[in-house]
Amino acid sequence: MPYLARRVGQALVVLALAFTVTFVLLQALPGDAILIKFESPELGLSPEQIADIRASYGADVPAWQQYLHTVSGFLVGDFGYSVQYGTPVHELLAAALPETLALAGLGFLVAVLIAVSVAFLSTLAPFAWLRQALRSLPGVFVSVPVFWLGIVLIQVFSFQLKLVPVIGADPVQSLILPVLTLAIPISAPLAQVLARSIDDVALSPFVAVVRAKGAGPARVLWRDVARNALLPTITIAGVLIGELIGGAVVTETVFGRAGVGRLTEQAVANQDVAVLQAIVILAAVVFVVVNLAVDLVYPVLDPRLKRKAVAA
Amino acid sequence: MTAPLLAIEHLDVAYRAASGPRRVVHDVSFDVQPGEVVALVGESGSGKTTTSSAVLGLLPGGGLVEAGAIRLSGVDLAGWSDRRLQSVRGARIGYIPQDPVSSLNPVRPIGVQLADAFRIHGRGDRRDIRARVLDLLDRVGLDDPALRAKQYPHELSGGMRQRVLIASAVALEPELVIADEPTSALDVTVQRRILDLIDVLRREHGTAVLLVTHDLGVAAERAERVVVMQHGGIVEQGSTAAVLDAPAEAYTRQLLADAPGLGEHEFRHPRPPLYLRDASVAAAENPFALEASGLVKEFSLGRGREPFRAVDDVSFTVLRGTTHAIVGESGSGKTTTARIVARFVTPDAGEVALGGEPVRALAGAAKRVFRRRVQLVYQNPFASLDPRQSVQEIIAEPLRNFGIGDRRSRAASARQLIDRVSLPAALATQRPGELSGGQRQRVAIARALALEPELVILDEAVSALDVTVQARILELLEQLQGELGLSYLFISHDLSVVARLSHSVSVMRRGRIVEGGATEQVFGAPQHDYTRELLEAVPRRAAADARGASDRPSASSPASPASPASPARSTRKALA
Repeated sequence: MPYLARRVGQALVVLALAFTVTFVLLQALPGDAILIKFESPELGLSPEQIADIRASYGADVPAWQQYLHTVSGFLVGDFGYSVQYGTPVHELLAAALPETLALAGLGFLVAVLIAVSVAFLSTLAPFAWLRQALRSLPGVFVSVPVFWLGIVLIQVFSFQLKLVPVIGADPVQSLILPVLTLAIPISAPLAQVLARSIDDVALSPFVAVVRAKGAGPARVLWRDVARNALLPTITIAGVLIGELIGGAVVTETVFGRAGVGRLTEQAVANQDVAVLQAIVILAAVVFVVVNLAVDLVYPVLDPRLKRKAVAA
Repeated sequence: MTAPLLAIEHLDVAYRAASGPRRVVHDVSFDVQPGEVVALVGESGSGKTTTSSAVLGLLPGGGLVEAGAIRLSGVDLAGWSDRRLQSVRGARIGYIPQDPVSSLNPVRPIGVQLADAFRIHGRGDRRDIRARVLDLLDRVGLDDPALRAKQYPHELSGGMRQRVLIASAVALEPELVIADEPTSALDVTVQRRILDLIDVLRREHGTAVLLVTHDLGVAAERAERVVVMQHGGIVEQGSTAAVLDAPAEAYTRQLLADAPGLGEHEFRHPRPPLYLRDASVAAAENPFALEASGLVKEFSLGRGREPFRAVDDVSFTVLRGTTHAIVGESGSGKTTTARIVARFVTPDAGEVALGGEPVRALAGAAKRVFRRRVQLVYQNPFASLDPRQSVQEIIAEPLRNFGIGDRRSRAASARQLIDRVSLPAALATQRPGELSGGQRQRVAIARALALEPELVILDEAVSALDVTVQARILELLEQLQGELGLSYLFISHDLSVVARLSHSVSVMRRGRIVEGGATEQVFGAPQHDYTRELLEAVPRRAAADARGASDRPSASSPASPASPASPARSTRKALA
């Protein structure tokens, strides 16, 4: 399948570019993680000792050699060592990743559920005022900042309603508020696009034909409109994965969860270049894989694209 | 007389608008007897589609039946809820839409969509439904029903899709079928077969048909009674023969006069304009505005496949000051030919000469000068005008692009052109959104004339217009040709319009010119079978008299030419 091969090739090019750009940017930053950590007068290290440490991290060779070294390391799964913790980066990631995956995965799922419910209900709800209210919901959601939403949710659900304990919550309970915090802002653009596409598709002549066969509104929506309206929504969903990654960082910080988000935040604060390089590539891989998946799902949803996919 | 199947009594329909309800149909009354074909005829905006939608209870958002009754076998449906109407739709009233391309769900297979009608009304189990779907596909003349059922709409040609939609409309053997312009989007030969099919099916089951159409030829050929609508009201109604042969109302007479019937206008004779008839001048000047010879254009269909030859060795000439038409059905290559002439497409072989000067090799600045000499008018005046510019800006734009004159002289030219195409001067400051379709097409023509071109390519330039508007635009084009000595290359699928406007004609089919010459000669004594088939397929009033004999099996010629993308097999199956 040449189409698939080409798309995978493109994905690899994107990853290579992301890697290089990140590397250059991190190199160009003023300051140096090793100097930040070891140069403080309290440690009393001599310049020679610091130079030794730098050499052990490979920071004393020219940038292009570091680049080649890092690339070859990444290719075999060796992401280097964190300056801040002194441990291999892959161990840090392995510890942080499950938390974040659970948060991001659930957050995305909940976002999709909210978006689909809002969009469908705002089309099918019995009263015009209710449809109108549901339609305006995403507009409100989309303008809510993640950090603010997190704080408000804690305030309302934990302190006032006392539904979710702030401290000592079990793993499931502790996920509820972060997942909502992450899901709500992402659900908004999804719901908007889905509702808009439903409106557009509902005006197509084929919908009139189905109604003329005697189909009721729910049947028309499920069987005929939904699948056509999904296509633009899925495109947006792919793009929103980026939003999800950014949202996870803020959410983990607000809720004090130990995940990739917090690891990122600390790595930025300490200029832990190796950790940042690995996280950026991880995010890029997720982004590229999801969007590749979206592209491959299109022809399944819309048979008209099959021919193009094969011919392209 | 038996009780009518459908009785519409004093129907008023209005749309809610900010300024209060706007009435679009008022005091409309007519009957449809069981098994009868009634044509609802009118131009766009006459309320004919609104009336038929009201019968189905499918008025667009904001539409409301304000008064009157819609009786189906005596029961008034006008006050029924949507839910209650669902039991009638599909089961007792079938619906055939206008545009087969957009009227099937693109993401569901044909068979599943056909099965809908049975499932919605709970008729039959799974296997039973499948058998009936295949039987339906067979009955509407599709070969290999089992394969068709699995295919998606985009894999079928327009005519085949319309057959599927007809199958779906008659699936539950309704008493009444509403056909809303069922063939307006189809080629004439396909149109004829589709109308034959509707005839055959309705005879089998005694189904009545409410045929909504703007085409008097179709109405005359197929309907027993005609209801003429204008501005939301009925102008006159009666038996087809009575209304069309002896119209009582001025509007009906106007419609009939404007309908571009074949053989009702004198053919135009191709001859050089007056000044060229002076032998000495003629010798010095090239008599041809355009000469195309041996044009070939192929499109690649991907690796390992034969390229599709859209234009295959096409040659024709346009005499100065005359109209040459290229007529053909969709997929015949006529539009690609026009695009080659306009230099939007580079031919793989062949040469185009404008005023005796070869243009194939033109590039850069020379190509830009060439653009001044050839201008285009497109089919859809709604899409071809920038909605944000005023009429004056639109007409002056070509002048602006070529830096001709200053702001004031350009504005003056635009005003002159507005006058030239018989538009009121007050229109200059308006935007296309405020104009009617006919006015917009006049603006498009004025824009094409701004650069004083030698050749104007009219690409289906009157196809989207109502007959009365179409007649006025054709008059304008003729008048401009006489005044300015313009040469037209007229691309059209409509033989009646071609007969009216063109001096000479080329008939195209599958990329080739099958016949060409003076219009009178080609249409009067066609030499090629395809030309004869095209001419016979044109619905016309004369055919109304021979209606009894019209349900003969369709000619054994192939269906519409397969599009390059989906090499659909032609349906050769006899329909009866």
